[in-house]
Amino acid sequence: MPDATFLDSTELVLNMGPQHPSTHGVLRVILKLDGEKVLGTDCVIGYLHRGVEKIAENRTYVQFNPYVDRMDYVAAVSNSLGYCLAVEKLINVEAPPRAQTVRVILTELNRIASHLLWLGTHALDIGALTPVFYCFREREEILKIFENYCGARLTTHAFRIGGLQYELYEGFEQEVKAFCDMFLPKVAEYEELLTNNRIWVKRLQNIGILTAEECKQYGVTGPVLRAAGVRWDLRKAQPYCGYEKYDFLIPTRQNGDTYDRYLVRMEEMRQSVRIIRQAVEGIPDGPAIAKVPKVLKPPMGEAYVSIEAPKGELGYYIVSDGSTQPYRVRVRPPSFVNLQALDRMVRGALIADVVAVIGTLDIVLGEVDR
Amino acid sequence: MAEEKPLPPKPAPPKPPATMAVIPWQAELAARLKDRFGDRISELSSYLGQNFAIAQPEAIVEILEWLKSEGDFDYLVDITAVDWPKKPDRFELVYILYSFSRNERVRVKASIPEGFRPQSAAGVHLTANWLEREVFDMFGIEFSGHPDLRRILMPEDWQGYPLRKDYPILQQDEHWVHENVGIESGQ
Repeated sequence: MPDATFLDSTELVLNMGPQHPSTHGVLRVILKLDGEKVLGTDCVIGYLHRGVEKIAENRTYVQFNPYVDRMDYVAAVSNSLGYCLAVEKLINVEAPPRAQTVRVILTELNRIASHLLWLGTHALDIGALTPVFYCFREREEILKIFENYCGARLTTHAFRIGGLQYELYEGFEQEVKAFCDMFLPKVAEYEELLTNNRIWVKRLQNIGILTAEECKQYGVTGPVLRAAGVRWDLRKAQPYCGYEKYDFLIPTRQNGDTYDRYLVRMEEMRQSVRIIRQAVEGIPDGPAIAKVPKVLKPPMGEAYVSIEAPKGELGYYIVSDGSTQPYRVRVRPPSFVNLQALDRMVRGALIADVVAVIGTLDIVLGEVDR
Repeated sequence: MAEEKPLPPKPAPPKPPATMAVIPWQAELAARLKDRFGDRISELSSYLGQNFAIAQPEAIVEILEWLKSEGDFDYLVDITAVDWPKKPDRFELVYILYSFSRNERVRVKASIPEGFRPQSAAGVHLTANWLEREVFDMFGIEFSGHPDLRRILMPEDWQGYPLRKDYPILQQDEHWVHENVGIESGQ
């Protein structure tokens, strides 16, 4: 970003964050402005950098498992799933069918929880104060299921390498089914509040447009890519955990603006309910965890495994040197990569649109900074 | 030499199946890569069903360009590095690519010695900008021709590159911590 000159021009540099309420964490965006128009941005990140990848090299494979929950802490189950799948790939173990089905249920519940948090805070940023209360009310039901299952609500450490640590508790199926029945009408309720709301539409439509071509250039994935018209979802493209068995759709839109991303995520919540309903109907019997050696020593080699996290492609690239500790763990975070497109999306827009675009990217700074 | 302790008998670990070996990557794309780049690609292999090419570092950007235009690998998923301090070429650069039309992943790898300045891929894939900044930040690998090579996660004036193997986990830039946080140690 070129330096601003203050005396002989109308350009102004404005510092947004790192403690701005709309940045959802500690993100600092340096805005170069002409009046209210954004000429350029520079993201300053790293405030939450904890060196997760370094920690991984100093822990065993099993010890590192809980750490991954602390990256995208609103979708901890997805993080855990990706890591477990990557290590399972390295040791060539597959989780038993029962574990896979439960993993799907919990991951999809977590996707809904993550989208609900996004919806509530995004609406709050735009100025709609009501949806956040409704969203948190329903999210609470999901967190209760997590709490009943493993004792934790946010950083769940739900999965273990090879399958599950805990058997399902009595009444799990009923609670999940009850949640599905309760939740679908609620999505309609949110939509009633927002979808045709004139202020909502005016604030979102044609804001922060990212075309399909630009998405690919910037490596942007997840709902942002799908809102630009690319029907691509890793659950369909490269199914894992038996996603190929479930009947669901990949919602897409054409315009790639903030409004379309909102609609895509709303529909994704409905599709997640659809997956959960199918999965909970047929949880197979059998062991919950595969036979995994007590001391994990994956053979020398490397693997890249990625899953469709609520925010996009979450990948783990793990290098093993044959010892009990990973030689290198690289996390490919969707939030970090998606955030890079912020500059492209807000150039020429107004300051208030920056708030909308940060919200629509659905970043979690814990994952951006790791 | 100390006497070896008798180990308690333990069950033999499950034998890894035959697919765990590194096998040659045999596909039309691999043959075309070999044709096009010849000696500049030293290995085309497959491990756990994942294909990778090992190339000379000078050829990387050209290979990425070729894969993008000819192979339709239009999505650069990730750039990262691995530090192997005992090897003569210390760092291994890893580029992970994906093609939407082929639904296929490929890794391109290259080993570089310390101080080598690989060419930036930001001209081919815009996403390389931040990814290369992170590699620079964590490993100190400088990419030549990068539009904006600054630290991205660590503070700008931090000394040292945390993901190098000779950087212990408790190490920190004492001077920086003292100057900026006003304490003797962050530990």
